[in-house]
Amino acid sequence: MKWFEVLSTAQPVILWSDALLFLLMVVVAALAAWSWRQDALAAAWARVGRSKVAMSAATILAVFVLVGVLDSVHFRARMEPQAGSAVSYSVEVHSVLDAVLADLRLNTEKTYSAPLATHLFAKEAVEDSARREFPRLKHGGAHLGSDLAEYDRDVARRVLRGVASGIAAAGMAWLLLWLLSRRGRSLADGERTMLQLTPASSVVMLTLLGIFLVLGPVFSLADGYHVFGTDKVGQDVLFLSLKSIRTGLLIGTLTTLIMLPAAVLLGILAGYLGGWVDDVIQYLYTTLSSIPGVLLIAAAVLMMQVVIDTNPEAFPTSAERADARLLALCLILGMTSWTGVARLLRAETLKLRELEYVQAAKAFGVGPVAIMRRHILPNLMHIVLIALVMDFSGLVLAEAVLSYVGVGVDSSTISFGGMINSARMELAREPMVWWSLAAAFGFMFVLVLAANLFADAVRDAFDPSTSR
Amino acid sequence: MPLPRLALASTPQCIFRPMLAYIARRLLYAIPILIGVNLLTFALFFVVNTPDDMARMQLGVKRVTVEAITKWKAERGYDKPLVWNGAAEGRGKLTETIFFTKSVRMFVGDFGRADDGRDIATEILTRMGPSLAIALPTFILGLSVAVSFALLQVFFRATALDFAGVVLCVAMMSISGLFYVIGGQWLVSKIWHLVPISGYSSGLDAPKFLILPVVIGVIAGIGSSARWYRTIFLEEILRDYVRTARAKGLPERVVLFRHVLRNALIPILTGVVVVIPTLFMGSLLTESFFGVPGLGSYTIDAINAQDFAVVRSMVFIGSVLYIAGLILTDISYTFADPRVRLQ
Repeated sequence: MKWFEVLSTAQPVILWSDALLFLLMVVVAALAAWSWRQDALAAAWARVGRSKVAMSAATILAVFVLVGVLDSVHFRARMEPQAGSAVSYSVEVHSVLDAVLADLRLNTEKTYSAPLATHLFAKEAVEDSARREFPRLKHGGAHLGSDLAEYDRDVARRVLRGVASGIAAAGMAWLLLWLLSRRGRSLADGERTMLQLTPASSVVMLTLLGIFLVLGPVFSLADGYHVFGTDKVGQDVLFLSLKSIRTGLLIGTLTTLIMLPAAVLLGILAGYLGGWVDDVIQYLYTTLSSIPGVLLIAAAVLMMQVVIDTNPEAFPTSAERADARLLALCLILGMTSWTGVARLLRAETLKLRELEYVQAAKAFGVGPVAIMRRHILPNLMHIVLIALVMDFSGLVLAEAVLSYVGVGVDSSTISFGGMINSARMELAREPMVWWSLAAAFGFMFVLVLAANLFADAVRDAFDPSTSR
Repeated sequence: MPLPRLALASTPQCIFRPMLAYIARRLLYAIPILIGVNLLTFALFFVVNTPDDMARMQLGVKRVTVEAITKWKAERGYDKPLVWNGAAEGRGKLTETIFFTKSVRMFVGDFGRADDGRDIATEILTRMGPSLAIALPTFILGLSVAVSFALLQVFFRATALDFAGVVLCVAMMSISGLFYVIGGQWLVSKIWHLVPISGYSSGLDAPKFLILPVVIGVIAGIGSSARWYRTIFLEEILRDYVRTARAKGLPERVVLFRHVLRNALIPILTGVVVVIPTLFMGSLLTESFFGVPGLGSYTIDAINAQDFAVVRSMVFIGSVLYIAGLILTDISYTFADPRVRLQ
């Protein structure tokens, strides 16, 4: 069955983390629309748009987000209809990404195989002889048959075909953007449109071309080989890496989403009201931040695991159990990271509180809630935004370390940390199994580097103290 | 890092008496915070999950008898009520509880026993040494390398060298810390066979084991810290006193290393001094990868074995050290900047 057939008959499933991710996207869209109408913020976004590095990084991030979102639309596939029985759905929860990459997901080997290999990495006894040799892979290079002389030419042909289709795809994307920008220009004068504000769009095109030039050959090779090899249980490493993206993105964004309301509320309250409210809130965050982060996270995750294990009836499927643990991790990371943002917001509120326009509002009899909402909050938005983008990369990196420590995501959740952790055991092997590690570190590096570069541009554009 | 000379404008007595009063007051402030930490860990470890849940978890969720749970709790002293023991006499109503025996006793350094029966306090004391042997050189070397790198970047500011430095920093901070450890072990120990891959010895051959973790720790930290110091120095370099120093003909080298560095000390100290006491805690990653018998690997083993008593103790010690770091930070300000007076 083709993937769109699977999807058209499936029953949608919304996991909690999916729902929160979509909520986050709605919030971000609403914030973007709001900031668009604020002249100062729109000007800052325009500064980000003019930065070539930022736009290039944003393009790469967009590709990662696309993969993550595809992996966040879950469903249960319909079982083959049996005569006379009602429609039934599979107990396994899959995502759209799983469906699109069904070939990669299902074509598993027995154990390790090197990138683009045709033979297994471990020797096995051959049936009709006493010798042990490397058996052929079930899927990697299987289309070659017994004639391995074709291998080099086949790989080269696939790479060329991939490059060609990459260029074609980039051309189509360019055409699409060009048509859109023409439409944008034909709008009434003075109307702000996205594309007019991005003079760096040639950089976006170049980045897209680069992305397609990488993706084209990778996927044209992935059709017949395991491009990044297979792991211990024979799963395709490319598939695992793509699945890890969602975990990384979720941890990087949901954590901030979960902690922001508390951080903003407490920060503003402490700064504006002062007095005992300030004392209590300061006490609260000093206490929380005095506990070493990793230890608090470890303690809380251990405790969550006990809760999940002792209440198995609350989480019927393993996907839900893993999802609960992922959310718990985000919650706990949020608990430990809101203190910094709250402290920044409190300090800024203290400054804003003394400004003339706030004093004027107070003199006119505007209530404290209205002042905080109308006059303080909008002027803190740049700090919130900067915190959001600056925290992201750190959280993605933290996930890998926490998974290594054993307090990361559930072992059934595919994540970069999990990939590294399971590959680490094989470093002592001779010859070394390096490809899972390389793939995990490579994907993480690109994601975090793009996020760091984008965050820098956002900070430079929004932070008034660095504005030129 | 050159420490600034203490400017003794007045007699020592006048400086140190308010400082002592200040420290005493800060220590008093620390008490409610530590009580808060204590209550939080107590809630986390005993209220969210009852000791019964923990026993079931440790003994295996399925097929566990009531007797086994009772025995497990009795062995570890978890068979008392949580906060109020109605059955006990007099003061025992408060002291014969889990809260008193497990949480309050931590204030006097009694951490109880780990699941393997050893005393946690002695274990911590013996493991502090190896942790410090790695953490201290990493900290000092890391700080001096990062500060020098940042100053060099500022020296060559707005040139291609500075730009290359920034690119290098961003790239280095985008790499996972795990990569540095795994890659370093693989390259230095496995390919070049320069040092043993892991292990520890307290004798004369200790450097053989220490050099790789220290170097890796320094490299892994350079990216983010050098970039941060560079921002601080760049902010400082726009000030009037820098222009004055240049105007009176001082070479740029002297301006940077003597004037700018010294004036940038306050923001640097804010971020740096607070971690000094926590160096005792060791590094989870480094110690477990290199098999160092320090506090970091102690914690990680406890987490993996779900030894809650050890994790609880480490949380408490960690916050005590952090608060000590905050107080040290304030004291260090008075050394860096004589205008700062602690009252």
